[in-house]
Amino acid sequence: MNEIIPEKKLTIKDFTSDQEVRWCPGCGDYAILKCMQRTLPELGATKENTVFVSGIGCSSRFPYYMDTYGFHTIHGRAPAVATGLKITNPELDVWMITGDGDGLSIGGNHMLHVLRRNVDINILLFNNKIYGLTKGQYSPTSEPGMKTPSTPMGSIDPALNPISFALGSGARFVARTVDTAQKHMPGVFAAAKNFKGAAFVEILQNCLVYNDDAWSDLTEKSVVKDRQLLLEHGAPMIYGKEGDKGIIFNPKTMHLEAVTIGENGVTEADILVHDSGNLMMARMICEVGFGDGMPVAMGVLYDNPADVSYDIAVNDQVAAVANSGVTLKDIMHRGQTWTV
Amino acid sequence: MSDTQILESAVVRFAGDSGDGMQLTGSQFTSSTALAGSDLSTFPDFPAEIRAPVGTTFGVSAFQINFGARAIKTVGDQPDVLVAMNPAALKVNIDFLRKGGTLVVDTGTFTKRNLAKAGYESNPLEGDGLEDFQVIELDISRMTQEAVKPFGLSNKDGLRSKNMWTLGLMLWMFSRSRKPIADWLENKFAKLPNIAAANVAALNAGHAFGETAELSSSVKRYQIGAAPVESGLYRTVTGAQAISWGLVKGGELAGLKIMLGSYPITPASPILHTLSSLKELGVITFQAEDEIAAVCAALGAAYGGALGITSSSGPGIALKGEAMGLAISTELPLVIVNSQRGGPSTGLPTKTEQSDLYQAIYGRNGDAPMPVLATRSPADCFDTAIEACRLAVKYMTPVMLLTDGFIGNAAEPWKLPDLDSYADFKVNFKAGPDEEGFNPYARDAKTLARNWAIPGTKGCEHRIGGIEKDYDTGHISYDADNHQKMTDVRADKISGIADDIADQIIEQGTANSPLAVVGWGSTFGPISEAVKIARSEGIDVAHVQIRHLFPFPANLGAMLGGFKHIVVPEMNKGQLKTVLRDVYLVDAEPLNKVSGMPFKIEEILDVIRARAGAEAAA
Ligand code: SF4
Repeated sequence: MNEIIPEKKLTIKDFTSDQEVRWCPGCGDYAILKCMQRTLPELGATKENTVFVSGIGCSSRFPYYMDTYGFHTIHGRAPAVATGLKITNPELDVWMITGDGDGLSIGGNHMLHVLRRNVDINILLFNNKIYGLTKGQYSPTSEPGMKTPSTPMGSIDPALNPISFALGSGARFVARTVDTAQKHMPGVFAAAKNFKGAAFVEILQNCLVYNDDAWSDLTEKSVVKDRQLLLEHGAPMIYGKEGDKGIIFNPKTMHLEAVTIGENGVTEADILVHDSGNLMMARMICEVGFGDGMPVAMGVLYDNPADVSYDIAVNDQVAAVANSGVTLKDIMHRGQTWTV
Repeated sequence: MSDTQILESAVVRFAGDSGDGMQLTGSQFTSSTALAGSDLSTFPDFPAEIRAPVGTTFGVSAFQINFGARAIKTVGDQPDVLVAMNPAALKVNIDFLRKGGTLVVDTGTFTKRNLAKAGYESNPLEGDGLEDFQVIELDISRMTQEAVKPFGLSNKDGLRSKNMWTLGLMLWMFSRSRKPIADWLENKFAKLPNIAAANVAALNAGHAFGETAELSSSVKRYQIGAAPVESGLYRTVTGAQAISWGLVKGGELAGLKIMLGSYPITPASPILHTLSSLKELGVITFQAEDEIAAVCAALGAAYGGALGITSSSGPGIALKGEAMGLAISTELPLVIVNSQRGGPSTGLPTKTEQSDLYQAIYGRNGDAPMPVLATRSPADCFDTAIEACRLAVKYMTPVMLLTDGFIGNAAEPWKLPDLDSYADFKVNFKAGPDEEGFNPYARDAKTLARNWAIPGTKGCEHRIGGIEKDYDTGHISYDADNHQKMTDVRADKISGIADDIADQIIEQGTANSPLAVVGWGSTFGPISEAVKIARSEGIDVAHVQIRHLFPFPANLGAMLGGFKHIVVPEMNKGQLKTVLRDVYLVDAEPLNKVSGMPFKIEEILDVIRARAGAEAAA
């Protein structure tokens, strides 16, 4: 006889698989993995309804280490596999793990379409601005001039901004966080999980073997406060060690600018207030902070759910006609038939 | 009426400009012929360009139908009647027409301009060159305009009914009923009663013209009776319809919902269209951003517990290669339909070929075995699709289902099967872990199929992927001996299917016939007819048509070993021939054709006669 055992609360242990983690010691991926294992039980996730789908690359090993369902697919195609899975069973909580090469180079087309369609999955793109697993070639997010085995004279490709790409593709939820930001990341995961539609999260991740310190100019403890702008819906865009810096919109140049409150007559009232439902604001704020002396925006940049996500819409269309009692036989007998 | 000639069968070819509605004319003639109980086979032959410049030879679209009071298995080697709606259609098609055949032309289109566009220097109707044929010159354009005059249509709109006028004449010529077509027109143009009425008037006018002309006996009339077929309820069916319905039935029998991931491609798109129209049956379709996404979405669906299906043609199948490898490695069921077309590369998108057999059997990286099946005719698509579904779920494997552009678009009468007569092959998902937990790669001792638990199942959480798995635990493994073991078990699983499929049968002839014609796919019709004729001439020749191309049926080797000569007609450069030689070390002789057209009966018959002659002389 089955005893009725009260559901015990799940913990980090329940979401940790028995597989040995094989990233390089010190890789930023460890911190993201730990954070996920820790956060999921807090968000009330169940093991059986959680699925991690990944492509190929260092980050894409992630599913093996989660004691949930997982599908390590092929290079760049995780969005398509995840879409098929989510359409088949919209009840599942589907997470997609990808990287800058997997998600934006070989899988760029699929990324565009999964975002455009607004399939209800949570996409975590680990951006380390390099190909790790194939040993250090430049990626679509590498900065121009970067010397790698495949660019001995320096890369001549302009770099892609993943969030700008996501917004351009029609994403309705975009967020950014950092591998080491263990306090910040859970909130971003929670917001992504709660979003009904494709949630795109860029995680700035350090690859200490092939691109160490790629983000340190904004993640070093000493500069964090001046280089990161922590966004919160409804709160003014204020940052800086002293909390006296802010972002304003200059209507004359149509640019965002960094200002100091109290200087040049700037008051707190001049500072932009973050509105996560404002697409224009998201498009502008996602671009700043890279070589322009401004801070990089962190947190939920844009969160504007549609009425219904793609996977639900697909099933709604079927459900609208599926119970009409029509059978395959009826279909086959439609049109002209004759009896011999 | 005394002039009506009774024929056993006839071949009619309708040819005109892409905009002339020849496919529609042909398919309506087909309906009427099917309703009269004749057996039939059709062949839509259309250009790759959607709307090529009007009047050019590359814009010619044709529809051929072979129908008879006997079993019809091919579209007919040579038309008995050719309808040419413009000079370009005449130019492209006249060489097909049988000597002594009837040529119907619309002289209204034989203008200087159209003649020049078709590349004629002078009017072919005026010079020599057509004396081998019975030419019926009619100004169909003018007569159509007169017929539709009362409806006040523009000149251009009025001329659109030309095809219905022509159809009316052909219906008269072959003593077919106009009623189903008039009904169809009224239904199709229900919202445009004026257009419906104009078309019906044109149809009637063409028919009336036949009756009047008969008096002057310039036009002959034919009678083709019903074919002796099994009693039952019939309909006409195209390969694309039958394959789609078969996949739906396969899903039902497996107890799974079906999910098609597809990307538009000629000539496979009709399957995407048909399945997309079956939402009433719970069918989910997904038009993906590309071929790769299409197969990956189907595989994602399979991972989620649906029967994943993807459909494409050769170039698209090439793009799906890596994902098929993933399906093989993760051992998930998937049906991949290839509607083959002329290749390589873009090749001949609208022409038929069966040159993707190597691709199907060998076309993936690594040792990546996958069952391969082929359909032989439009109606056969139904059962073959069900068989593909059965193997996919029973053996947890992707299955390649080969069909081709000809089968997909061609139509034939089909005795509707009793849908309750099919044995089910219900899938039993693991409902929870065993005592020792859940191992996704634990195998059924007999089929070697792995355990299938789907996301949402408590206690069966597991990870799968394209990296090699440990034989015992299913965890990733780079161990050398383990890879050998896994490669072997994947191969053994697929080769074991040979014992679970129907024995190869001999269609005609016997195991002792000295000569066998061995085919696969859509060569079934012409081989079948050629062998029948040869046998009626006293030649002892057998016909073997293989549905299961990988693995082959268990008895095929012994069967082939018993024939002295084996001829393999294929619409490629000899692919099955090579596979047979490789697997059985038999002296299979190729007979190849890659013109984009199906084999003619004569082409195969000639070879049979030659081999039989050589044998007799020896
Ligand atoms: S190569 Fe870089 S990204 Fe990959 S595991 Fe090592 S540190 Fe991490």
